[in-house]
Amino acid sequence: MSSTTPLLIAERLCVRYRRGGRIINALDGVTFEIQSGETVGLVGESGSGKSTAAKAILGLAPVHAGSILFDGKDITHLSFKERRETYRQVQIVFQDPYSSLNPSRTIGDTLSEPLEAFGERDHKRKRDRVYEMLDRVHLPSTAVDRYPWQFSGGQRQRIAIARALMPSPRLVILDEAVSSLDLSIQAQVLNLLQELQVTSALSYLFISHDLGVVRHVCDRVVVLYRGRVMESGPALSVSGRDSAHPYTYTLNEAVPVPNPNAQRARRAAVGVPLTSLPDDTTKIRDQQCIFAPRCHWNQPQCWRERPLLRPAYPNGLVACHRYPEWRSEIARPEPHDAIADNGAQVIRN
Amino acid sequence: MSILTDQIAIGPATHSYESARSLIRSPVAIAAITFLGVVTLVCISAPVTAPYDPLHQDLERVLSSPTAHNLLGTDTLGRDVLSRLFYGGRRSLLSVLEGVVVVVALGVPMGLAAGYAGGWVDRGLNKFAETIMAVPALIIVLVVLAVLPQNEDAAMISFGLLGIPAILRVVRSATLRVREDLYVAAARISGLSHLQIVKRHIFPRVWGPVIVQASLFAAYALLFETGIAYLGLTADPSTPTWGGMVAEASTVIQRQAWLLVPSGTVIASTILAFGLLGDALRDAVVRGEGGSINRVPRSVVTARDRDADTAEPMNGRSGLVLRARNLSVSTMRSGAEIPIVDGVSFDVYAGETLGIIGESGCGKSVTALAVLRSLPQGLRAIAGRVYWQGDDLLSMTERSFDGLRGSSLAYVSQEPQSSLDPTFTVGNQLVELIRHHQRVSRRKARSSAIALLRQVELQNPDQVARAYAHELSGGMAQRVAIAFALAGRPKLLIADEPTTALDVTVQAEILGLLRRLQRETGMALILITHNWGVIADICDRAVVMYAGQIVEKSGIQEMFDRPLHPYTLGLLNSHPSLAEPGSRLSSIPGNVPSPGSWAPGCRFAPRCRFVAEECVKTPIPLIDIGPGHASRCVRVDQIFAKASA
Amino acid sequence: MFVPESPALLRIVGNRLLLSVPLLLVVSTLTFLLEALIPGDVARTIVGPQGTQEQYLQLKHSLGLDQPLLTRYQQWLESVVRGDFGTSLFNHEPVAVLLSGRLSVTLSLVVGSTLVAAIVGLLIGIAGALRSDIAGTAVDALSMFGLAIPNFFLGLILIALFAVAIPLFPATGYVPFDESPLDWARSLVLPVALATPGIAVVAKQTRDSMRVILERPFIRTLRAAGVPRRSIIFKHALRSAAAPVVTVLGLIFVASLGGTVVVESVFAMPGLGGLAVQATTQHDLPLIQGVAVYFTALVVVVNLLIDLAYGWLDPGVRIE
Repeated sequence: MSSTTPLLIAERLCVRYRRGGRIINALDGVTFEIQSGETVGLVGESGSGKSTAAKAILGLAPVHAGSILFDGKDITHLSFKERRETYRQVQIVFQDPYSSLNPSRTIGDTLSEPLEAFGERDHKRKRDRVYEMLDRVHLPSTAVDRYPWQFSGGQRQRIAIARALMPSPRLVILDEAVSSLDLSIQAQVLNLLQELQVTSALSYLFISHDLGVVRHVCDRVVVLYRGRVMESGPALSVSGRDSAHPYTYTLNEAVPVPNPNAQRARRAAVGVPLTSLPDDTTKIRDQQCIFAPRCHWNQPQCWRERPLLRPAYPNGLVACHRYPEWRSEIARPEPHDAIADNGAQVIRN
Repeated sequence: MSILTDQIAIGPATHSYESARSLIRSPVAIAAITFLGVVTLVCISAPVTAPYDPLHQDLERVLSSPTAHNLLGTDTLGRDVLSRLFYGGRRSLLSVLEGVVVVVALGVPMGLAAGYAGGWVDRGLNKFAETIMAVPALIIVLVVLAVLPQNEDAAMISFGLLGIPAILRVVRSATLRVREDLYVAAARISGLSHLQIVKRHIFPRVWGPVIVQASLFAAYALLFETGIAYLGLTADPSTPTWGGMVAEASTVIQRQAWLLVPSGTVIASTILAFGLLGDALRDAVVRGEGGSINRVPRSVVTARDRDADTAEPMNGRSGLVLRARNLSVSTMRSGAEIPIVDGVSFDVYAGETLGIIGESGCGKSVTALAVLRSLPQGLRAIAGRVYWQGDDLLSMTERSFDGLRGSSLAYVSQEPQSSLDPTFTVGNQLVELIRHHQRVSRRKARSSAIALLRQVELQNPDQVARAYAHELSGGMAQRVAIAFALAGRPKLLIADEPTTALDVTVQAEILGLLRRLQRETGMALILITHNWGVIADICDRAVVMYAGQIVEKSGIQEMFDRPLHPYTLGLLNSHPSLAEPGSRLSSIPGNVPSPGSWAPGCRFAPRCRFVAEECVKTPIPLIDIGPGHASRCVRVDQIFAKASA
Repeated sequence: MFVPESPALLRIVGNRLLLSVPLLLVVSTLTFLLEALIPGDVARTIVGPQGTQEQYLQLKHSLGLDQPLLTRYQQWLESVVRGDFGTSLFNHEPVAVLLSGRLSVTLSLVVGSTLVAAIVGLLIGIAGALRSDIAGTAVDALSMFGLAIPNFFLGLILIALFAVAIPLFPATGYVPFDESPLDWARSLVLPVALATPGIAVVAKQTRDSMRVILERPFIRTLRAAGVPRRSIIFKHALRSAAAPVVTVLGLIFVASLGGTVVVESVFAMPGLGGLAVQATTQHDLPLIQGVAVYFTALVVVVNLLIDLAYGWLDPGVRIE
């Protein structure tokens, strides 16, 4: 990886919420970075804190501790005026294409809004920019006078992307941006995002629970579990057989591959049981591994001491006391090839 | 008029232009506006329009019925009723105006503040509203009148102040709903200040309900004003007021009953007009966004039967559990029949899992609901048969089908927590169900319930049984839902996207549970999903649906290895897990067509890269290609030639 | 059977009880302060333009209006807590006595109206939810017209028809229950008939709520699992639909309470409402304040009952 200053650095980020008298650590010491031009995936299940991370970056969540640096500048606690400047550089596309556009305003109005907010008054310039952006997301210019309800989910998502690009940001946060889309539309939008990344020199923070998509789209991946980073590293390593953390391994194993025979064989080779616990009731102490209650390979140390992120494989970090020992305790003959490379291939065992 | 509830329908949008247009089209609204307009005009210009001086007494013509001289008769002192009505109206309408202005001018900003700012502002305003609502308005106004006698303006202003909580609540909930919409957050991130956001995004969605409430409040204000006038609290008896005129009439009911009529009718009509206007406005607001207003389309039952072979027997092939033939479901929209599911046929065998896969809008969920005779309002199965043990489920009586519910056919849906009654504990619901299916005692049912919960792999069945649905995690709730479905020991379970709302680790467990239960009980499973990984994991056979039709039917491995329909092929090719990481994904151009806009020939033709002339002219039938493999593509042989393994 | 673990119900009740006390206090205080806040001199009003300055000052002193506000408030609060609402200016009797004497009349009226609205409205509403649109439009129309007609007008019409033209019921007056239950009931029929708009409102709300609930996913699940139709409607759907209906009933109660002021006047019933009107016209401040506090207390009690009902009906309710 290049040694230039990362575009975004989140350092030991802590976000706390109070709910019904209890304190919930939505994010607890989360550290990651995004280089210029890179796509970093933030992966986790519900309660992992991945959406909270996005909110924290945008100043929409109260940061209790830690810092966020954008282009070297500390943006953790800013006034709205100061933060406005950041909004020129960091934008977001939300998951729900139906409620992210104001239904009573035309597409043209919605797209001009960021320009107006940042002081653009000239009508012609606004109009030109709107047309240009519509073109870049492959929507017809007639869209300008139409309303959101006249477009499909995929098209609305393109509009949302166009809106995000209006201030010419350098980082775009994609918060489950393709999760509500049908498979065929998802492919279209992913392709578009890829294309725009090149033409606009964008970096992406790709938040998702869909490991298949993340693997396809991201350069590096950060795996979150209940507000803590479990593992981070190159996408292919994290989502493949080299995954360093038991949780990542479990996640990978749980995702069914689109190939019946391969899937059956995977199941036949011993799968790892996840002790099922309702998340809300387990009280996690600060000084323990947060995954320990569900970890098949946990040992006493895991309950006494919180594991810190340390190097695992090249460019990879893992927060686990038992790496790499736990891997040798997986009860299976040998790691199979098919899944890591191409799920469509039949297993050769 | 339901001002008593602050439930105003806020739809996805309020196009003011659309709203105004639909308002003009409503005859009720026109009538109300016209009436109110006339009344207002006539009363305001009473000095000009009234035939007589309202105070002028004509003792020769006391209590007369309508005559040419006095169109509406005279009162106890011979004064002209018509003229008194006009003058009385001036006072009443002015009072209504006072009340409405106060309520709107103060209530709307408060509601906006409460809804938008939230936090302590909201809590404080809520407490304030609660406090005011705890007092009956009339009493407070009486106190005011006790101190400021006959001061109707003070009374109406007080009434307005006391009416603030109602409008505050309506505005607040409208604002909250809008605020939750993502585009407000997006606007913030676009750089807009709070004030700009309120002005641009919140207020346009809120003024609709405000106008509705204002109109309804006007009705109440008039009701109130005439009431206190009736009691004689606002003016001396000679001054004409609508309420006072009714009071006067009540003293002479036996002598001249007619006197009650003019004043009472005018009051009731004006109040009615305000109320009708309010309702019409509410409908217009909702309609301005293309929404429906609880106006459910009449269900369609046609005698048309597309299926010629009505007597297809259940053949002896062992294990056939369900046979659907030509199932079609339609809905009515603007008077036209729109097909949602079109001629779907499939078989399900004991112990096997059939997958129904498709994208949103293809009709897969509706198919399941049709089999279960659980279609929502407005949808009706218009053709086809679904055979269960030789009987057609769709045409049997409600009573016969009730006997099958739960004990032969069972259902699990997508959102686990909302599929259980939130007002009963999970255990109690389960017990009720068990006792319905098996006539056992409470104690026996209780232990059966625990056993069922254990069967679905719940670790602490006692604890779970005592919980409410919303207290459980998604995975646990779905297990409970499955237990529910199993309570009657069904032979067929229909699961509609059972794992879509769950985390991927939980999904794996639930799928494992379903597989295990199938092995144990031998039940058949229809699994509906959009997820190719899921059907690969659990299904034996699958059908692919597109635009209301089955476009491909196949054994499961075959479907992945050798898809024989361009749509299936396109979908599999665009799956990220099957592509080279970082590469450009192959994608199907265009969008899924919505019901009602399906192409006449092959419905996939507009998006198909293999489209040819023979595809677009006539409807394409489902063609058998190989054993257990069918495809709705006329060009199958040409496209997929030599593609066999 | 399976008793829920969480003591949410107790918490809700406790909460509401705790809130009620300060609420009552605040409202009573407001009532007291109202007189002080409103521009206008009560003593002057009572004495009238003809009164002498001496009479004015004397009255002012006897009302205690010449003392600083805080002192007056303190004294008033102390006496209210003791149950002493002062003395009526007109009757020179203790206000508290006057009020309690009339409470049963008003309560019979208001509770009767609300009950009738509740029971009849619920039944009609449930029927309307299950049947087609015709019943629905009928209910809507009835609701519309019923609410538009002022209660005094409707009352007079009822008197004209059922007391004068066809002497079925007494036009005016009230017979206490212990004197003759039958006559008590008869004297209440016409006034309670004014609950008709309330019936329509409850019916409409019930019907609307039920229809919404019946489209909910859990109803489909219950049905698919085989739960019998009767159980689904009366046990499950009704329970979920009940909350807004209960709210409406509370509002109807409050509205009836306000409405008694007029209704009692129309039917010449010796209740709190009539007392209130009398107090207003006579500028009898202690009396009207007493009535206001009584009414508020009644509303607070009703709100408490509503919250209890909520908590019992829907355990998922989280009080903000």
